[in-house]
Amino acid sequence: MYTPTVLEHFANPRNVGAIEDPDGYGKVGSPVCGDLMEITIKVADGRIADIKYRTFGCGAAIASSSMASEMVKGQPLEVAAALTDEQVAEALGGLPEAKMHCSNLAASALQAALQDYYERHPEAQPTESPSEVDPGPSNGAS
Amino acid sequence: MSSTATTSVRQPIYLDHAATTAVDPRVVEAMLPYFTASYGNPSSLYRLAAESKGAVDRARSTVAEILGARPSEIIFTSCGTESDNLALRGAAMAARTRGNHIITTPIEHHAVGNTCEQLARDFGFEVTYVPVDRHGLVDPEAVGRAITPRTVLVSVMYANNEIGTIEPIAEIGRIARRRGIVYHTDAVQAAGSLPLDVDALGVDMLSLSGHKFYAPKGIGVLYVRQGTPLLPIQTGGSQERGRRAGTENVPYIVGLATALRLAYDHLEAEVTRLQALRNRLIAGVLGRIPDTRLTGHPTRRLANNASFVFAGVEGESILLQLDLAGVAASSGSACASSEEGPSHVLTAIGLDPVAARGSLRLSLGRENTSADVDYVLDVLPGIVQKLRAMSPLYAPSAAVAGT
Repeated sequence: MYTPTVLEHFANPRNVGAIEDPDGYGKVGSPVCGDLMEITIKVADGRIADIKYRTFGCGAAIASSSMASEMVKGQPLEVAAALTDEQVAEALGGLPEAKMHCSNLAASALQAALQDYYERHPEAQPTESPSEVDPGPSNGAS
Repeated sequence: MSSTATTSVRQPIYLDHAATTAVDPRVVEAMLPYFTASYGNPSSLYRLAAESKGAVDRARSTVAEILGARPSEIIFTSCGTESDNLALRGAAMAARTRGNHIITTPIEHHAVGNTCEQLARDFGFEVTYVPVDRHGLVDPEAVGRAITPRTVLVSVMYANNEIGTIEPIAEIGRIARRRGIVYHTDAVQAAGSLPLDVDALGVDMLSLSGHKFYAPKGIGVLYVRQGTPLLPIQTGGSQERGRRAGTENVPYIVGLATALRLAYDHLEAEVTRLQALRNRLIAGVLGRIPDTRLTGHPTRRLANNASFVFAGVEGESILLQLDLAGVAASSGSACASSEEGPSHVLTAIGLDPVAARGSLRLSLGRENTSADVDYVLDVLPGIVQKLRAMSPLYAPSAAVAGT
């Protein structure tokens, strides 16, 4: 039911852990529903200098956390801010339909971490298109 | 020790016998003539048909003998789910001029649970769910107290499929009989582990599913005590004495009877062997993995069932890791079974919804050996540790939520 890419990331998840004293922290999901993700980021020179996460959840939840962390690590904040859950699923070669909504939360958790970062550092807030960050997961969804 | 680094070349270890079993080669052999040589319709009149009719009759007698029943009380069905549906819907509908109340438990298989729900939603029945204790046991006295003048049916499973708890079926049977109420048990998980004598159990109806005891998928049995009112739910020809229409599935009926005979010829020795393996598995898992809890009754449990919840990890990720290590197992977790919400069984025994997410069921069977148990005890602690290390919900020695 999972693609080889999902299984590979599940078996060898990248960037697991929690950054001490992070610049941004995001938490998405609900353990009652079976999936919970915590993401911490370090920001330097307008880029995601480091990203770590801890995930409670199924194979899809763990693999999407791992994939999302790889996709944005070292990338400019604008690139990270544009990442969507759909793009993470696509990079994994697709996820089962039942997993798309409840387990594919990594990009949303990252957006929450970026939101937290911008709240702590209002001066870093991008001025040209704030709407890309503000509405969060609902932006462009469905 | 040799097992630790060679996961990819090992044969998969199958520890999901509660889900299904491989068909015993002796069963396949017994079935084969009825596909190509003796393929006649048992209802026809020529000699070819007599061969298949004779085979069905012999199979019916075999099943009846093991159940301590009359051959006329055995109905062959397509599966355990059909048996449960026929029992509940058939008995409820046949009794609906007399009453509309059904008593069951919150830990039944969905074949019983969802049928009761439909009878309530669409046909005006009232259903009482007698609660279970933290080990999953039903209190027979509570069943007795739930009986009303409108009660027409009691259905309590013989043994639970997720946690392996064995219910006090005979005690409940005495109460139901005293009150003259039709009593059904879903014995799908019990078959091959526990005695099935219907008089000793005091049941009026009993469901079996072939593929849980090394017969193929697609064949089941419903025992119905003579005189029990039953409205057929599948109508057509007069097969199965008019209670279940449709041409008999001759090879599968032969397969089920052969498999049941094999299971009950060697019951005691196999149960003793499985219990020893299971006890070592349970002790090993609890001893090697902290913050772990056995689910189900500590002693009143199926010989082959070892089920656990691990704090701070999610069931499907344990299953996937075990699969990568060459072990096939199961979980009551929602993600694994793609159902909504956590397991109804684990919540009924009082686990909170988060704790219920971390469940694992290992169910042993005929081909499992002591080496299989060693291997699981070798790989499972590392798997749980790895998943806990990346879980935001796990802090070492944190109390298991819900305990």
